[in-house]
Formats: sequence, structure tokens, C-alpha cells
Amino acid sequence: MTVAVEESPVKKSYKWVGTRPVRHDGLEKVNGKARFAADMTKPRMIHGHVLRSPLAHAKILSVDTTEAESMPGVKAVVTAADFPPPSKNEGFPHRSSNLIAREKVRYEGQVVAAVAATTRRQAKAAAAKIAVKYEELPHVLTVDEAMADGAPLLHENLITKGLDTTPKQASNIAKRDYFEQGDLEAGFAEADVVYEHEFTTKVVHQGYIEPHACVADTSKDGRSEIWCSSQGHFMVRSATAEMLGWETSQLKVIPAEIGGGFGGKTTIYLEPLAVKLSQKANRPVKIVMRREDVFKATGPTPGTKIRVKIGARKDGTLTAGKAWLAYESGAFPGSWGMLGGWCVFAPYDIPNVQIESFEVVVNKPVNIAYRAPSAPMAAFATETVIDQIAREIKMDPIELRLLNAVEEGDYNHSSMVGTFQRIGLKETLEAIRDHPNYKIPLGPNQGRGVATGFWFNIAQSSSATVNLTENGRAVVVTGSPDIGGSRVSMALMAAEELGIDVKFIQPVVGDTEAVGFTDVTEGSRTTFATGMAVVRACRELVTQLRERAAIMWDCSVEDVEWVDGKAHHSGNKESPLSLAEITAKAKKTGGPLNATGSLEAKGQGPAFSTQICDLEVDPETGKATILRYTTAQDAGTAIHPSYVEGQMQGGVAQGIGWALNEEYIHDKKGVMQNPGFLDYRIPVASDLPMIETVIVEVPNPKHPYGVRGVGEVGIVPPIPAIANAIHDATGLRLRDLPMSPVRVLEGLNQQNGVG
Amino acid sequence: MRYVRPGTVDEAVSLLNSEPESCVFAGATDLVPQMQGGRPEPKLMIDLKGIPRLVKVSYSNGQLVVGAATPVSIVKVDDNLKAAFPGLSESSGLIGSDQIQNRASLGGNLCTASPGADTIPSLMVNSARVVIASSGGTRTIPVSDVVTGPGSVSLKSNEFVVEFILDAPPKRTADAYLRFIPRTEMDIAVVGAAARLTLDDADCCTEALVAIGAAAPTVVRAPVAENALRGNPINDETLAEVMAAASAVCSPISDKRGTKEYRRQVAGVLAKRVVLQAAKRAKEKGGAV
Ligand SMILES: Cc1cc2nc3c(=O)[nH]c(=O)nc-3n(C[C@H](O)[C@H](O)[C@H](O)COP(=O)(O)OP(=O)(O)OC[C@H]3O[C@@H](n4cnc5c(N)ncnc54)[C@H](O)[C@@H]3O)c2cc1C
Repeated sequence: MTVAVEESPVKKSYKWVGTRPVRHDGLEKVNGKARFAADMTKPRMIHGHVLRSPLAHAKILSVDTTEAESMPGVKAVVTAADFPPPSKNEGFPHRSSNLIAREKVRYEGQVVAAVAATTRRQAKAAAAKIAVKYEELPHVLTVDEAMADGAPLLHENLITKGLDTTPKQASNIAKRDYFEQGDLEAGFAEADVVYEHEFTTKVVHQGYIEPHACVADTSKDGRSEIWCSSQGHFMVRSATAEMLGWETSQLKVIPAEIGGGFGGKTTIYLEPLAVKLSQKANRPVKIVMRREDVFKATGPTPGTKIRVKIGARKDGTLTAGKAWLAYESGAFPGSWGMLGGWCVFAPYDIPNVQIESFEVVVNKPVNIAYRAPSAPMAAFATETVIDQIAREIKMDPIELRLLNAVEEGDYNHSSMVGTFQRIGLKETLEAIRDHPNYKIPLGPNQGRGVATGFWFNIAQSSSATVNLTENGRAVVVTGSPDIGGSRVSMALMAAEELGIDVKFIQPVVGDTEAVGFTDVTEGSRTTFATGMAVVRACRELVTQLRERAAIMWDCSVEDVEWVDGKAHHSGNKESPLSLAEITAKAKKTGGPLNATGSLEAKGQGPAFSTQICDLEVDPETGKATILRYTTAQDAGTAIHPSYVEGQMQGGVAQGIGWALNEEYIHDKKGVMQNPGFLDYRIPVASDLPMIETVIVEVPNPKHPYGVRGVGEVGIVPPIPAIANAIHDATGLRLRDLPMSPVRVLEGLNQQNGVG
Repeated sequence: MRYVRPGTVDEAVSLLNSEPESCVFAGATDLVPQMQGGRPEPKLMIDLKGIPRLVKVSYSNGQLVVGAATPVSIVKVDDNLKAAFPGLSESSGLIGSDQIQNRASLGGNLCTASPGADTIPSLMVNSARVVIASSGGTRTIPVSDVVTGPGSVSLKSNEFVVEFILDAPPKRTADAYLRFIPRTEMDIAVVGAAARLTLDDADCCTEALVAIGAAAPTVVRAPVAENALRGNPINDETLAEVMAAASAVCSPISDKRGTKEYRRQVAGVLAKRVVLQAAKRAKEKGGAV
């Protein structure tokens, strides 16, 4: 279902944009022909194994590789001594520091050394012979533990940034961000209802199915080729060069197909190890993570503790909002607290606001982006309190949100937005309010919850090269790994611009030497920003095509118009020339036609999503079963509606897992207890109903086709939507994740005075 | 490490005796993950799936015989087995996924000796016996004598399970199995419960066996619950006693899969539900199969 809200800024209707062709890479992904990073093999290739810390926090006294080096099949061993110390521009979030432990290990799973041997088994056996002497240190696992007075320190020199007075003592608090506007006390004084609650969330992993993997082949001239799956091979190139102290020109990175990333592949872990091992062994080296490594040393998104206080008048007007947010960042600082603070009240126009957020290091893996990073936890707090207010003042929760929703011209304090341009929050709220699913009657033990979510989206650098073939087809080369169907979206926009059937356009993801610099596929930016680069290249090609037609007609280029994929003579003196007719004569008019579009994109459109969750709680076991799920999201323009729906559904599915069952479980020593999909419970297909989608289209005025990013915001509302639905079904307000059967039953027992 | 695939029980026995660090396996769906997790690798891996006797389901003289290495996907769908032991069929069908079930076996499920193994409660309420082979020949013991603790069995290192024997149930008798998992599939039981009931013509319970999984170091029978059922109609009062008795028999731990309080409480809930299910089947079923 699609709700078109207003006319597109450019064109009313499109021939190709908005259609649903089979994706160009679809068949190979279905029949198994697509090559992921771990599928790569090279002649003489050997295998790497990474030795990881068994301890959550310890001083490294010594690393002795003598015995490992003499083990059968071993060709190379690397330790911290093989890598330069991290420099200032080591990349976010402290990528180089995280590559390999130097003086200390700061989480279980951190890299200590790596071995390459003829077989995987030999490499593993040899790694077990590396003698590492540790001096165990006390560790901290939660923001409470880490922020406590006298807590063991992860970094002896970490001084909190952003406080009014710079502290003299180191702590585990890396940064504080603060924002206020209006008069908070006056705002709360004006309110008829005020609620304040504390929420906690656990560390969860992106849960992509493909483990990190790479093959590096370093030659004696000091150059290396890397095959890997990532969300951005240019990032892999620069980060690997930085960690090795190499020039980027020494590295070529070839993107493999990617089996999921969700933000988790916006950084690197293995590539510098593989390059170095390959250099030492003089052989190609492949490293593939095991699932356990993926859980213990990559990804996850922070655990948090958040307090939110919101005041409202009886008529539903929000008068004041106060938020205190502490985000873990893992063993090295990130920016997760700041992002959470930026998102916590973003959907609402609240006059009096105070937001204070903290970035806290803990002895857990270094956090990295996960789909709308930091927003879902903040939304859990705000959207649950909003629901409570709506119930208290007996107002429909969607109407309450509509009354306070931000719109064009409203201020947003984040550096990524400032003042909102045309946005579609109200339209998503109306789409849900008017949806038949919002009115379906519920049975016993069933409940309905709604929630709204916001995400910035980002823009950044993109490049595209479009080559026309001699027979009038086009090859569209971009530097954006395709993680959600972006290839076909690029092809659709090129088809629209050039007037070629989309099936004759071949979209390609080029390696670092085949296309211009392109930032990571993240922040829902690719269809927006790389799409703009493609459009730019196509428009340049149209100019060239007009010039070629002018040569063919021996007229002035001003007399040639490009309409519906054909050159038309303005005086109608010639019959129109198709693109294929022009390329067929290219040899006579100046040679092959191609063009490049590169830009630092601006004007990405913030995204909003509003969702309804219907669920049923088994009162005897506490298990919540999702009965129906409806999501309305503003896509701007859906270039390929199926992949927009796929993104919307994917976000919801991950949000449901996060809400109900997913969590990192550690023992007392900080060792993860569930590093596998058997006990780290992401939803399986049969856990979910078909997630119903409503694509709302409020075009982004800053994009030639009105595109907003669609990849992330879908994960923001599910946690509060589910919490609100559980409340509706049972009367329980759950404020700690996950809302597992154990938690729900505990709550029900308390309610019933049992246990 | 060496891999062998003997074709007869005798061959397997002599291979087992030839190498002290050897290990039999069927589907290896427990063995491989355990070895990846650090279980020492044996020198000799003996694949039992090449022995025809261990990979079949057969009937003779009112007995059902299931080879220890038979894939549970067959146990799940075998028509005669399903009619006589619907609960064993359903517990087999809950293991992992289709792919796992095509490899996994009853012998492996029993000998892994996990407290949460899905088929053990069903085997116990049906009073299954196991035939064990060693160089001294074979011996037959009740399935309840095999598991001695989490991960440990009473079998000697040179013994292995050949087959399971189940007597055809009397008339108006049926079993059922239920487990609780937070998801719908691909999960390990937080608690499991099996029951087998025999009803008389007035729907009064004449015989009852109840077993609880994942709530104690081994699968446990719930004798107090069984006594509450025996001689009584299946009504609210009986069911309340069953619930209390099933919870009481548990001695669970708290771990990544659930807390002990949760397990104890839900054991009672599942026991009630599984008794109702078994009773419903017994009524529908009528005479012996
Ligand atoms: C993804 C996944 C999901 C799973 N889900 C479930 C589930 O839902 N429920 C559940 O109960 N289990 C589950 N399991 C565990 C496992 O699949 C079962 O326990 C299965 O029945 C084991 O059978 P197998 O033939 O694969 O055992 P194997 O791995 O071959 O053997 C297991 C152990 O038993 C021993 N053994 C095997 N056969 C014999 C024999 N005949 N005599 C003596 N010793 C023997 C082996 O030496 C080994 O120690 C799951 C496993 C995986 C990997």
C-alpha cells in the first residue's frame, strides 16, 4: 500500500522509478552463484586464525610466539609489534586501537595475535601455542558499574570531555553532551501530567548472517589486494592503510557481495591482520571469523540506561522534556550517547527541554553502528512515557503525537538537522490513524501499542561512472556496496534519465580503482546520495548525446532536445534518434560515451516511521506472540517499492528481536555466555507475522527524485510499540529489555501477588 | 583424527575396543558443536549410520524398535510410530530444524545427556528400553538408567546404544510432549514436559507417567503428579495437584535460558497442558494400535 502525499518536486509520474523489476543481482543470490568474501580462494592461499583474549580486562605481561612459529604448517605470526601505534586520525571509533591489543586487553575476544598456516586447523592449533601472560584486572560491564566512584578504569588517561569544568581525574566517562532550551521548571509547572521513568537496554548485535571474512594478497612490491565484504571498500582501504602505516595507493580493495551489515560492517577488524600475515608469508591469506568471534569482537550496539521526564497539559500539549542518557560504548569511546540525546525528543516540538547524555566505556566489544544507532533506546523511553501520558489524559496516542509532531520549519538541535525541511512525520501518523488495522477488535490477553520513530539519515560523498555501450545499453558503476537492493535502484534512476529499459542497464559495484571515492553504505544514504551521483552522470551523458545528435544532424546542439530517451530536433526537421542509434554511430561522432558524477551530497531527508503492534501474552508463561504488525514510513519517493518494503520489514523484524529476546549475557568474569544464534535469540521466520507496510511519500525537495533514506528508521519504533502493546494486554509497564517471557511472568506474578 | 564407518554392530564394537580414544556418533549435531567449543577431539570417530540395524524403525510382537542412529525426521513421520506414540513423534519433530532432524538421532539425544533433550521425557513416559552393545554382547536396560547427570551416562566407554524398544501401548493410552521456548523453533527447551495417560471408559485415569525436562540435572519423573492422576478424573482439582507436584519435583538452575523460578513455575504450567493433551488423545484413540 502506498500513500502519495503530494506531487513530486520534479515530475508527476515516472516510467521506471516506482516500478518493481527483478533485481539484477537477484538470480545469483538465489542460486548460490553470488560470491561472498569467504567464497574467495586464490592459488597458494593459506589460512589465518586470530588469537583472542579470554579475559575481560587484563594487563598483557608478555606474548611469546616461539613455539607457535615452529608448529606444523605455520607460515607467519603477527603481534602488536607488527603494527604502528594508533595515530590521532585512527578513525571512528578508535579503529586502530581496537585492531590488536597493545598493553592491555579490554574485553573478552579482543585480538592479541594472529597466525597463518597451510590449513585452518594448523593455524588454530598454532594459535593455541602462543603463550600470553596476563595480569587480570577488575572489570566493569554496565554503565552503573563503570560510572561508580572508584570503578576500575579502562583507560588510565581518559578525562571526561564536555563538562563545565574539566575533571582532573580519569574516569570511564568519555564525554558528556548537554543541550537545553526554554525554561524547564516553568515548563513542568505548566503541565497537568508529569511522568518520569528509568529504562535500561542490553547490548545487542546486528546479527548479520555473514561473518566477517577477507582474503589479502600482498606482493613483494609492497602492494596488497584485499577481497572482503564490507559496507564501504574505500573505508577498508583508508582504514587498513592507516593501521599499517601504508599509503592508500598500496592497497586495492575489491568488494565481495555482502551478507548483511546493518551498520556492523562500517568498520574493519581483519584486513590489516591478513595483509600483514600475507606479507610475512608471501602468500594470499584468508581469515574467516567464526560466529563466536563475530559476537565477541564485532558489532554490537550499546547497552543503555535512560531517564526521561515529560510534562503535558490536559489537552495533550507537551510542555517540557528532560532526558538523562548513559550509553555504553564498549572498550573505546564512540558517539552513541550524543546521538541518543539528539534523537530522544526529535519527533516532538517541546518548548522546554534539557538533555544530558554520557558516553561510558565498559569491558565489552567496541560498539559500532546498528541501524539508526542510538535512536531505538531513546525512543523506548520517550514513546513509552508518551503512551502513559495519552492514557492518563484519555487521548488517542496517535492524536497526541499529531498534536506535538515536528514539521517543516521546526528546530532540531542536532548538528545533522538544524531546521527541518519538508518532512513526513504527520503523514505517517495519519496513515496509521486511518489504517483499518488500527481498529481491529482485540481478544482476551491481546494488546495494541503504537510508537513513532525518527532518524536523521546522512548524505556524504558518492561517485558514479556511467558507460554507454556501442549498442545503446548502459553500465552504471558506483562505489556503494549493495546491502539492500541499491543496484536496482541505481539502474531505475538511470533508466528514467536515459530512457533505456532498466533490464538493459547493468549496475555494478566497482572496486577502489574502478570508480571514484565513495563513502560507506550507511545512514540510509546510498539511494539518496549515490543516486544523485548517478543522476548527475546521466545528465552529463544526455548533454553528450545531444551533442552527438547535433553532429549527426549537422545542426546546433541548442536545436536538439532530449525527450523520453530520444533526441528530437526542435524544428522537427529530422526524425528522432534513439540512444542506441546515437551510440551506434559513436565512432564517427567522437568515440565512446561515458560520464562521471561525483558529489558531496547535501540535503538528505530525515525519516519517520509510525507503527502498530498487536500481540498476545500467554498469562501462564509470559510469552508475547506478535499477531499483527503494521508500519508506515515516509520514503520520500520509493524508487523500487519492494526494496523499500523490505527495509521497512527488516527494521521491524530486528526491532522485535531486540524488544523481546536479544541480549548479551555475561558471566561474572565478563565472558559472554551466548555467542551463537541458538542462545542469542534473533527472531526466526515463524516468530513473525507478515509485516504490513504503508509507504508514505512526502518527496524530499533536495533530491531529483524526492528520495529520503529508508534503511534505518524502521527499527526505532518496535521496542516501545511492543512495550505499549504488552501494557495494553496486561497492564504491565516494562522498562527493562529484553521483555522476555521471564521478565513478563515476573511482572505478572507481582501483579497477582504470586511468588 | 581417523573416521570409520563400520557396517555391523560387531565391527563397531571391535573398533571401539581397538582405540581407547574413540567415539561413536550418529548425526554429530551435538558432537561437532561440542568439539568446536573445545571438547577434546577423539583419535577415532566411529560413524554408526553405516550399520543398517541402527538406522531403521521396525515392529514385531507388539514392540516398536527404533535404531539408535535413525534420523529423528523419520521418527517424526513414521505412521505407526506416530499413531502409537504421538508425543515421541512430536518431541522428535521439535529438535532444531529440518536440516538438524535429518541428521539427529534418538541415540545421540539420549547420550548427550542434556537435561533439556527433547526426546528423553517422551522415551521415559513410554518406559522405553535401550539395547546396549559391547564386546560382551548386548544388554537391555530402561532408558531412565542411562543418564546419570548433565552430560554423563552409565554406559562404559566401549559400549554404545544399538536400539530403543517400546511396547505397544494399551488401549485408551496416549502420550504428549510440550516444551517452552521463547521463540517458535530453533531453540533449546527452557522447560519440557511429557505425559502418558491411560483412561478407562469413564475417562478416569488408570495409569499416568509424567516427566519434566530442563528443570533438574537430568530429566525427572514426577511421581506425586502421577499419583494425583491415577484413579482420578482429569478435572481442575487433579490438574492443580499436577501443577504443584510438577513444580515441586524441579531443582532447576538459573542460566542463559531462564531463571530457576521461571522454570519451576512453567514446569507446572506445561505439566497441566501436556496432561490435558495426552488425555484428549487417549479419549480420541480408543483401542490399542
Ligand atoms: C542447531 C541445533 C539445534 C538443536 N536443537 C535441539 C532441540 O531443539 N532439542 C534437542 O533436544 N536437541 C537439539 N539439538 C541437539 C542435537 O541435535 C540433539 O541432541 C540430537 O538428537 C543429537 O543427535 P546426533 O545423532 O546428532 O548426536 P551426535 O552428535 O552424533 O552424538 C551426541 C553424543 O552422543 C553420543 N552418541 C551418539 N550416538 C550414540 C549411541 N548410539 N550410543 C552411544 N553414544 C552415542 C556421541 O558420542 C556424542 O557424545 C540441537 C543441535 C543443534 C546443532
